[in-house]
Amino acid sequence: MSTTAPARPTARPPEQEVPSRPRDARLGHPLTPYLFLAPFMLVFGVFMLFPALYGLWISLHNWDFFLPNRPWVGLGNYLELFDPTSLTAVQFWESMRATGLFVLFSVPFLISIPLGLALLLNRNFAGRNFFRAVYFAPYVLGVSVIGLLWQYLLNANVGLVNYALGQLGLEEPIAWLTAVPWVWVSLVGVTVWWTLGFNTVVYLAGLQDIDGTLYEAARVDGASRRHEFWHVTVPGLRPVLLFVLTITILASANMFGQAYLLTGGAPSNQTRTAIMFIAETGLEQFRIGVGAAMSYILALLLIGVSALNFLLFRRQEMK
Amino acid sequence: MSTFTRPSTPAATRGPASRHSTLAARRRSPRRMLRTAGFYAILLALSVAFFAPLLWMLSTSFKTRGDATALPPQWLPPEFSTEGYTTLFADAQAPVLRWVLNSLVVGLATTALVLLTASLAAYALARMQFRGRNAAFALIISTLFVPGFVFLMPNYLIVDAFDWLDSMWALIVPGAASAFGVFFLRQFFLSLPAELEEAAILDGANRWQIFARVLIPLSKAPLATLAVLAFLTSWNDFLWPLYVLFNPENLTLPAGLATLVGSYATDYPAIMAGAVLASVPVLVVYAFAQRYIISGVSRSGLKG
Repeated sequence: MSTTAPARPTARPPEQEVPSRPRDARLGHPLTPYLFLAPFMLVFGVFMLFPALYGLWISLHNWDFFLPNRPWVGLGNYLELFDPTSLTAVQFWESMRATGLFVLFSVPFLISIPLGLALLLNRNFAGRNFFRAVYFAPYVLGVSVIGLLWQYLLNANVGLVNYALGQLGLEEPIAWLTAVPWVWVSLVGVTVWWTLGFNTVVYLAGLQDIDGTLYEAARVDGASRRHEFWHVTVPGLRPVLLFVLTITILASANMFGQAYLLTGGAPSNQTRTAIMFIAETGLEQFRIGVGAAMSYILALLLIGVSALNFLLFRRQEMK
Repeated sequence: MSTFTRPSTPAATRGPASRHSTLAARRRSPRRMLRTAGFYAILLALSVAFFAPLLWMLSTSFKTRGDATALPPQWLPPEFSTEGYTTLFADAQAPVLRWVLNSLVVGLATTALVLLTASLAAYALARMQFRGRNAAFALIISTLFVPGFVFLMPNYLIVDAFDWLDSMWALIVPGAASAFGVFFLRQFFLSLPAELEEAAILDGANRWQIFARVLIPLSKAPLATLAVLAFLTSWNDFLWPLYVLFNPENLTLPAGLATLVGSYATDYPAIMAGAVLASVPVLVVYAFAQRYIISGVSRSGLKG
């Protein structure tokens, strides 16, 4: 059990065939635990631990595939990204702006709509699990399917969406995938449609965890439904809300596939997200050093936002 | 919202017939019935909003090119055609069946590796005492907070150094390092009573035997959950395969489908046929395993 403090192994008794007592923490060879860990640690070390540091190393060099050598530039790549006269910097911050806008537009919907749905589904009624499964279904389809399907549905001339709106009396077809602000409506709408079920399921799990006696007590006190929501449900969901908010911001900041497939960054790169630009710079133009520097700037920002979330929630708790 | 249409009131009458007559009698108050009907109307309208686009995708994949863009749109193909599928199958630049096969191989191999490496590591971390255990666990957990794109550039170079670019290895091996899997299984192993192992120890079993004969048989549900999540993550992965695979032969489905948008710009039956091929296996898995997927998501939070 992990609750017991790890006992410092004493000298090994010679040739221990049968353990002296079942509670003996050191069972078998002292190297056994490391053997169990080895396969995972090998893959984890090579593709997660090492790259996390190697990426930093790369970002400090002018690491261009087409250069014969990779000169050390120190913080040069980072400084270039803060140089207003550099085209790369301008484009990078444009892409950061696109990601920021997407986070700003999508997160409120992805937080609130699933909460409403979860409250709706959190009653006892026939077919509850069926509906839950239906709402979650789009999430299991990959972004490639979602992208292909919606670029057809949202096509300005032959798409079903404009046709339906035309039936409702819309005069001009809307350019869902090529003009501002419609591109944002499309990207946010499709993302909400696609990932709504995920947060709903997380909220539902949180709602089931709230102590039922609290509701009973509220009812005895004659609390109204609204009162119940604000004073029992919301406080009970606090940790879940924090979790959902954090992962939703991260997921939206990671947006790539929807923009790549639906708008291709149009119009004039206004919906080219940070991840799109990083991938283009590093893996198409092979300016890997700059690409790595951009990754770290974005990652630091995101870690900062997550930390801020935690602090704000903590301060609320204190009150 | 996109396809959300307000249902006309008759949908409300489709509320399920109450199975308990006594309950029904008690619920006879018209206001109550109206509320229940409204409640189901909302749920059904939402279900339509989720299902209609998928049905449209399926229907279009069996239309002729002309019918796919005809207005007013037809929900059922006026002329049933498998043109969309045969076009794709015949195109050497878009070997869809090959993509399906690649995706399957990568998905199954990744899943097997995740289950194997994560369960072994989780057992050591949950049940054994050794130096560096807490440090190892902290290290694994800390990577859960690092956004995935940080690994994009360095891993590209590492995979290139192994000479794995444009091969399945580039997807399978890095995909096997599932920190979430270790965390998830360790939680479960910790919840199992220690007596089970002690009994096995008295019988003279060693660690490996306990793992294989006691622990794994008891962990079917969490292993199934992790397997389904790992497979889905791999099957739907988009960005990484898009950049590390080049040859049309070697693409996985998501990367392959992305090329269709360019080359089949307006051949909607063909594009939808590709989308259907990518969705059907996943939806079949989902139909059977949705319990595991949803339980896995409720207890965690694994955004793809």
